[in-house]
Amino acid sequence: MKYKFATFVVAIATLPAASMLGAQQDAQKEIERYRQLLADGNPAELVEMRGEALWKEKRGPKNASLEQCDLGLGAGKLEGAYAQLPRYFADVDRVMDAESRIVHCQIALQGFSKDELSKRPYSLTQGERQTDHEALTAYVVGLSRGAKVALPQAHPKEKESYLRGEKMFFFKGGPYDFACATCHGVDGQRIRLQDLPNFQKADNAQRAFTTWPAYRVSQGAVRTMQWRLYDCFRQQRFPELAFLSPASVDLITYMGVKAQGGTMDSPAIKR
Amino acid sequence: MADPMRIRAQLKGDTTEVRVLMAHVMETGQRKDAAGATIPAHYIQNVSATHNGKSVLSAYFGPAVSQNPVMNFSFKGGAKGDKVVITWTDNKGDKRTDETAIA
Amino acid sequence: MQRRVVIKTGGSLAMIAAAISAGVLPQSAFASWNKNAFDAKNLNDVVKAMGGSTAEKSGDIAITAPDIAENGAVVPIAVASKLANTESIAILVEKNPSSLAAQFDIPGGTEANVGTRVKMGQSSNVHAVVKAGGKYYVATKEVKVTLGGCGG
Repeated sequence: MKYKFATFVVAIATLPAASMLGAQQDAQKEIERYRQLLADGNPAELVEMRGEALWKEKRGPKNASLEQCDLGLGAGKLEGAYAQLPRYFADVDRVMDAESRIVHCQIALQGFSKDELSKRPYSLTQGERQTDHEALTAYVVGLSRGAKVALPQAHPKEKESYLRGEKMFFFKGGPYDFACATCHGVDGQRIRLQDLPNFQKADNAQRAFTTWPAYRVSQGAVRTMQWRLYDCFRQQRFPELAFLSPASVDLITYMGVKAQGGTMDSPAIKR
Repeated sequence: MADPMRIRAQLKGDTTEVRVLMAHVMETGQRKDAAGATIPAHYIQNVSATHNGKSVLSAYFGPAVSQNPVMNFSFKGGAKGDKVVITWTDNKGDKRTDETAIA
Repeated sequence: MQRRVVIKTGGSLAMIAAAISAGVLPQSAFASWNKNAFDAKNLNDVVKAMGGSTAEKSGDIAITAPDIAENGAVVPIAVASKLANTESIAILVEKNPSSLAAQFDIPGGTEANVGTRVKMGQSSNVHAVVKAGGKYYVATKEVKVTLGGCGG
């Protein structure tokens, strides 16, 4: 199917140079219209519903729900919590992103083990039912719609997380000598027809950070921010980014701070 | 068991606008798995919508309707609080019914 | 319409079945999934399977769809008909393995305006076939896809 796309690109490329830019702009406009047509009716809502039911269900060895989970704003206070994560949690003396904290609550409140929760955090193939982790994350982020991104940076460990994330963002490595910044540190980069956000610009960073997790129509599934970074690492040919690893949390802190003030609109719907 | 639908029914003037999200794989029967075996078709075939027990839409889907189907329609005669009931059945005989009150 | 008549006159299911097998009533007159229509490979065959002969072009049918879809797996299509007595609306993708994607029966009181999302294996014409007053009408719009929606 990538083949089909190639034909399309070639078709554009063979147009006379003068009309080429125009054609590209028209295509971009139509793609924008396509995205707007999709926006009302996001199947992520189905996953959020399942997540809500899971959140409130008594489960695990301790037969408890997640309703007393503290995502940083106090036990059981979910509204707006995602927009202020990652943040420092005194009970574990470290910075956690939303997904780490949800898993933490499943361990602390419900008695699940980290191993079993980390085994298969993401649904694999198209059509497979979304994992509990994806459903819970979709539910939690959905409760921050409209909230402003406001990651606390007062605690030394929050600052350290940001600085490590920044370092990692610019770290070049792998067989392609790639960094996150190669694609996301300059203007005008794109993969196929997707414009890539330049994280050095607040509006770009906000647009990206506030729309993940997202329902990917090509995969028929909600994908989380942990998955997004895992897949970026794969595309860069970096070593596998471990689920909930300090590296993943630090990168999310970096992106979140760059996106401060943006308005959460997630789960979004994407190509 | 199939996951619940998400149904939104909103009264605008004298028209009730309905949007339905259905959780379904909508497998075409054209795809192959990693081992090269064809994945059997599995898709919603019938969707019916009723308002106060009266049919307001019957839809028939083929496998070309997208995964997690979305359906929009509208009808006249609804009032706030009235029930809109949606039922789907798929080619394997699975079935799901959900309802919502018009807002 | 025929179904209502049969029910009103007290026809039993057995009688209806007998009528179908005797070829008195077309299968499409009944509210059920029309296998022949969903198996059909082109516009004409779909219209025939629905019980019509041909579909006449109409400017009273509006198709709302993107000119270019980023992903063929999910192409939003809405169809609105201004034709009097619209009874059903069908969405067809010409170049899909089977053309008919979805069909909607529109009872009285329901607007002749429906929308859903379909898969498109490649750039193709999309047809909206409307049955109104017992006749079939069609409108067509081309949709380009940059990524086919059947392989993943």
